[in-house]
Amino acid sequence: MKTYIEPCCDKCWHTKENPCDKFVVCCLEGPLCHSDTDCKNKFTTLKEGLLFERHEEPLIIIGMGTCGLASGAQKVFNRFAELLKLKNITAQIIPTGCVGYCAREVIVDIKLPGQPRVSYSEVTENDVEQLIDSHISSHTVVPDKILGAYILREEENGIKCIHNDPFFKIQQRIVLENCGIINPESIDEYIARGGYLGLNRTLRTMKNTDVLTEVLESGLRGRGGGGFLTGKKWQFAAEQKADQKYLICNADEGDPGAFMDRAILEGDPHRIIEGMLIAAYAIGASEGYVYCRAEYPLAIARLENTIAQAEKYGLMGENILGTGFSFKLKIKKGAGAFVCGEETALIHSIEGKRGMPRPRPPFPAISGLWEKPTIINNVETFANVPAILRHGSGSFSKIGTQSSKGTKVFALSGKITNTGLVEVPMGVTINDVVNDVGGGVPDGKKLKAVQMGGPSGGCLPDYLLDTPIDYDSLKEVGAMMGSGGLVVMDEDTCMVDVARYFMSFIQSESCGKCIPCREGTKRLLEMVDRLTKGDKSLKTAEETLERFKGMIYLDRLSNVIKDTSLCGLGQTAPNPVLSTLRYFKDEYEAHLYDRKCPAKQCSELLTYTIDTDACTGCTVCARKCPQDAILGEKKKAHYIIQEKCIGCDMCRQSCKFDAISVN
Amino acid sequence: MEAVLTKEDKKVFDKYPEGDQSTIIPLLQDVQEIYGYLPEEKVREVARHAGVTISHIYGVATFYNQFRLKPLGKYLIRVCRGTACHVKGSKQILDRLEQELGIKAGDTSPDKMFTIETVACIGACSIAPVITVGDEFHGRLEAKDIPKILKSYRDQAETENPNQ
Repeated sequence: MKTYIEPCCDKCWHTKENPCDKFVVCCLEGPLCHSDTDCKNKFTTLKEGLLFERHEEPLIIIGMGTCGLASGAQKVFNRFAELLKLKNITAQIIPTGCVGYCAREVIVDIKLPGQPRVSYSEVTENDVEQLIDSHISSHTVVPDKILGAYILREEENGIKCIHNDPFFKIQQRIVLENCGIINPESIDEYIARGGYLGLNRTLRTMKNTDVLTEVLESGLRGRGGGGFLTGKKWQFAAEQKADQKYLICNADEGDPGAFMDRAILEGDPHRIIEGMLIAAYAIGASEGYVYCRAEYPLAIARLENTIAQAEKYGLMGENILGTGFSFKLKIKKGAGAFVCGEETALIHSIEGKRGMPRPRPPFPAISGLWEKPTIINNVETFANVPAILRHGSGSFSKIGTQSSKGTKVFALSGKITNTGLVEVPMGVTINDVVNDVGGGVPDGKKLKAVQMGGPSGGCLPDYLLDTPIDYDSLKEVGAMMGSGGLVVMDEDTCMVDVARYFMSFIQSESCGKCIPCREGTKRLLEMVDRLTKGDKSLKTAEETLERFKGMIYLDRLSNVIKDTSLCGLGQTAPNPVLSTLRYFKDEYEAHLYDRKCPAKQCSELLTYTIDTDACTGCTVCARKCPQDAILGEKKKAHYIIQEKCIGCDMCRQSCKFDAISVN
Repeated sequence: MEAVLTKEDKKVFDKYPEGDQSTIIPLLQDVQEIYGYLPEEKVREVARHAGVTISHIYGVATFYNQFRLKPLGKYLIRVCRGTACHVKGSKQILDRLEQELGIKAGDTSPDKMFTIETVACIGACSIAPVITVGDEFHGRLEAKDIPKILKSYRDQAETENPNQ
């Protein structure tokens, strides 16, 4: 017996055509339908193997999510394969998803038979030989690459427990439980860790109304941005009478700077599928879609494999677990439109149309895809569902705060030491996440702001970092939970530039259907853009006047867009401007009155000067300058003609003597 | 009709039932997979296949960022413009690329070697700022790394095809 779909003996009759209702439980405690020591041993051995508890060969587990691959995981993988063959060592190389510690990729875990799993970080091709010779062949760990070991005690043989690493310490992993631990391509490993038990309980012991109550009582709120009570939303669809209902998983993670969904899709795809099956049962849907970004090819490949496996095991398709419940799931590749994160736009996209939203009501739960009741939840929401159904709503609702239950996954990025994916209980402060888990701002710089919630969210200044992470507290201070992007900005980040960046993103992603969003975001972008411009672009008095007028109207136009746009994209579009205006007004004023960019980012407001003492007259900058704005004789100090300079920074980048300064 | 659709095209078109509007996007994605962009004559065929007007297809194709109506260069350079990359200087990376190649984002260099595209987020925020060239990632970049990277691909193309 190498997989759970293989029968232990000829008494086992489970197939996808003729499913056994006890299949999932049998996998963990089997055999259930007969008593046989041989069969019992087969089940135990298989489970121990899948949990990496007992194995004959050394296991080499490599993090091969997108961030791992981008850091060279494939090269490390190939090097291991090559050297193991060369050295004639038998070992198993297992690809896994992302454990979340992206800053320390490539992460390689080595587990020898009977010994704890040891995690190494920042492994390159060149380290592979040492890892094999030392750890695998001589059973001696390589100390300078060690991240930690998966052990229960704090320390063992001089190796620290990985969960005591500050990055993992305050994390509480429900959604990411298996990410970076299991092989995401193996349904058996998922089942061995209790996967599909939630589905088992749902289908075999609960009515659909029981499921709705359980999810409602858990207090789970949508993790995609809105924060609507998931159970309530499902109830609306469940109450509808229709010949067909649809369930959609929104995996069109369009927020720039967010990659939570990607990591779950790549690292533990069965969890999402299980969550969807439970939801489909609760609302009475028999067909579903996963709408996934085409930019995530690995996630799509993993999903395809997951669906095929679930079908093979009889956990998807007709008559699941012999309960008469059927569910079919298809993948739709999104074609790149931020607005498709909006429910009605996403539905139009699946229907093959331009992804434009429509007014609500009717809400999709009443009339959605092909005018049938449709429930759309995002990846993380579905990924929370299996644990709720497996352990009961109480286990979930005891985590978090009064109004926000459970945990939240954040993608930490920007100017922070430990970029990566973290899952923390609701109610911890932003400070805990940024400084404890994230390790603070690198290079001794000062933290300026934390941007939360993507383009619809807001920037919070350092003095608000004690704000607890829950839906309502964040809303109060002008940010939002959003889908979970958390970008840290330091003193070198210009907040006016950040506002301009988000406005230019939103403006180009506005679908153009309603006027406030289409025209308003364009005007708003122009206003912010003008603030970052200096004499070089603003030549006439009128242009300078417009610049001042823009600043006066910024707030008012923002509120008009907010109040009158058709969909969520437009209604939240001015948030980056409003929040930076609220907390970083001094920077706006420096741009406006002094025509200076304090963070030295807005190129037109910068003055480049050459330090005549440091300049050796090597002429490199003069040759690089695209404007011919640098003059000087060979071996003599050079000068910049300010009127010609466009602030492209080429001279500073090319100077080997640090002779060029910016102000 | 035979002249317009090659054997490979036909295989793709046959995957989807005729007259079904919901197949437009997957079909366009498959066509682009083959050609790297959407050639006009194929777009006409997609319209015929789905039973809608060409303007409808044009509307869909221009709405989504993924679709291109112009052919690509040999190497597609995708510059991530996500928030994390932005605060770490991806604008400077893009500026430098545009300067070195003498083209703007969305265009192809005259020698048909490189196309520059910006994307909202690649999801590799840990190695920001990041670009991909073909399938390869280049992370933790500085603007001054760009000429070296471009040169490595030019050299690679030369080794593959020394006559050009």
